[in-house]
Amino acid sequence: MLKQDLQLVDTAFKKYYFEHFDLISIPNRASEREFGYQKFNGGMNRHISIKSNEELRLMLITNIPSDVYCSNAYYSFPNLPMSEKDWKGADLIFDIDAKDLHLDCRQDHTCIKCISCNEVSALQSTCPSCKSVKIEIKSLTCKNCINGAKEEVSKLKKILDDDLGIKNEKIQVYFSGNEGFHVHVTDSPYQLLGSRERNELVDYIMFRGAIPETFGMKKSQPTKSSFVEIDAKGWGGRVSKHIFGSKLKRSKVITEIISNGYSVFQQRLDSLKETIGVKIDPNVTIDIHRIFRLPGSLNSKSGMSKVFCENIDKFNAFRDSCFIDDENTTVLANCPNQFTLKDKKFGPYKNEKVTIPKYAAIYLICKGLANTTLIQN
Amino acid sequence: MKNLGQDEMAKYPFMADAGQYLKDQGFTLEQLGSDPDLQLIRDKAIHRIKSAADGIPYESAIKDNKAATKYGEANEAALAIEVFSFLLAVVLLKLNGNNLLIRKFSLAEARRAEEYLKKDLKEMSDEDKVEEAKKMIFSLSSITVTENKEKKDEFFIPVYDYLMHAVHFHEKEWKLINRHVEDGKVFLTSEKLVRLVRSELSNFISKKIQSAKSPSMVTEFIKPLEILTSLAKKYYIPTMVSSEYPPCIKHAIDVMEKGENLPHSGRFLLGTYLLGVGKSIEQIAPLFKNAPDYNEKITMYQLNHLKGSSGSNTEYKCPSCERVKSKDLCFATSDCDGIINPLQFRKKKILNA
Repeated sequence: MLKQDLQLVDTAFKKYYFEHFDLISIPNRASEREFGYQKFNGGMNRHISIKSNEELRLMLITNIPSDVYCSNAYYSFPNLPMSEKDWKGADLIFDIDAKDLHLDCRQDHTCIKCISCNEVSALQSTCPSCKSVKIEIKSLTCKNCINGAKEEVSKLKKILDDDLGIKNEKIQVYFSGNEGFHVHVTDSPYQLLGSRERNELVDYIMFRGAIPETFGMKKSQPTKSSFVEIDAKGWGGRVSKHIFGSKLKRSKVITEIISNGYSVFQQRLDSLKETIGVKIDPNVTIDIHRIFRLPGSLNSKSGMSKVFCENIDKFNAFRDSCFIDDENTTVLANCPNQFTLKDKKFGPYKNEKVTIPKYAAIYLICKGLANTTLIQN
Repeated sequence: MKNLGQDEMAKYPFMADAGQYLKDQGFTLEQLGSDPDLQLIRDKAIHRIKSAADGIPYESAIKDNKAATKYGEANEAALAIEVFSFLLAVVLLKLNGNNLLIRKFSLAEARRAEEYLKKDLKEMSDEDKVEEAKKMIFSLSSITVTENKEKKDEFFIPVYDYLMHAVHFHEKEWKLINRHVEDGKVFLTSEKLVRLVRSELSNFISKKIQSAKSPSMVTEFIKPLEILTSLAKKYYIPTMVSSEYPPCIKHAIDVMEKGENLPHSGRFLLGTYLLGVGKSIEQIAPLFKNAPDYNEKITMYQLNHLKGSSGSNTEYKCPSCERVKSKDLCFATSDCDGIINPLQFRKKKILNA
């Protein structure tokens, strides 16, 4: 980030941490967790132990981090190197990101920025200006993406509750501050699971690795009666419901499945992960030493906050997580897509000088689609 | 599992306190080794070890949960022979010290105990038997088993416990997705439930042998021990190291050589694999030169990090085949059959060598 932009963003972030420290929710067992932070243009500082709210406030105000993280794990010695920390358990965490949903709308609000010549253009694999393949993909998430991610959150919560016995009061949902949601599960028996076991949970939630026998289709001499009923609990019932549609169609569909054979049914199951599986980022959930974005902190990819969603259906990401003030700010914006923040539409901007509220200016600067430094008077 | 009855003791002899049992029965170890009247026990002990080494289920004298009178003894005596022959087998294995035989014996004895556990669990009408089996499973694995009152031969255990045990299985049917899961519980038949704790059973027996006090040698043990030594030789399998890379590594090297982008997980696989087969960082680093985002400093730092020579000093291991598969980096061929980690590709077993 260029110097002048850095100053603007730093000041805005500092103001946020002064005025909205109350939005930061420090997880339970805070003194057993590892904290970490990054600064704009800086590397990661981690293995930090924070014992009180005051210590955290001081860390935020003095360092003005671009991003703040806190471990899902609890350790005896959170500030020591990884091998000496003494791992005691870790919350189950899930990351649902709109980019993994591959929705059709995505190409309408994604552009590229060339790393070589800084040219911003519509989504394509090479820079139209200098033909470089070194490009950054910039997405300005839309409402449709957020709604898609919300759907995945409800699918996940249902499986956590119905199948895994994790009740709603143990599940906290946060908007990530950029393109998706973070789901935290605290105080559950699953917190002692290692990485391999979490990988199994991930496969379960994403519907990966299912075999036909599980749903009643045997390899040899399959019979109709062994197929799972539509009202069965767990994946058995969900898959049956999806494949049969209704109880009335069950018999006819099973006849078809049996006549098509085992491997066709296996392929069908493999493809179901795209529709009925929950699209979580597997790497996040299997990581038992992850430092995960701290609830209430700002996301440097957007300038928006990671906020708690009390009612996800009513949650408006582009309004409820935008806390930077609306002071007029002039930037040189180069953004081919339109975006909405605090119910106001912005863009598209074609390398032009615009005066917009600070929250929108910061959003564009964080996305790398605007700057204050190169403005020519 | 204190105060096991003679019946339980014969079924699960590894639960017995060997010294106490012999004392209670009025025997010494030396007697077991030398008393001519106890030849039957010595034969049976050798038979137990031999069957285990051959992978043939040991034919027990206990049938239908009761001691048979196959050998003409009274029930009580037949049960005692079961326990004695087990204890003697343990002594012989301890004296012989061959790990392969101990492993095979532990597994065979575990499988034998499994049969009894299954039978006990299936006898749902006999609550005591079911309770006993549930207690046995708990004491071995800390898994709390509950019967599903609504379905015959069905039990449930917490998902947490299931995962902790099932991750060691490679067959797809053991994946959580292929189980009936509901409200934090996994539902299993007695067969599957008992299979789930096989390794606990086997480890328990093997630990029991490893931690047994080294018995003093008596001349009568020499002959049985010679039999064990020749058995151990029979099962020694030499391995050959192949210089060929497994397909996943070949693919990763290909991608790198072409200058295409290999994802982080692919680079991790390549780095940890090559370090795992003993290559030096200086030998590995040039492979990454064609990467579109190559940076010599970062590459060296990352390789040093994988090796554990920087950062947290943790040495990163090559990921398992399952993990590689989950990252879409697996290009398995039939040469990969039977391996669970790319590093095993080089150590192919030469049968009949």
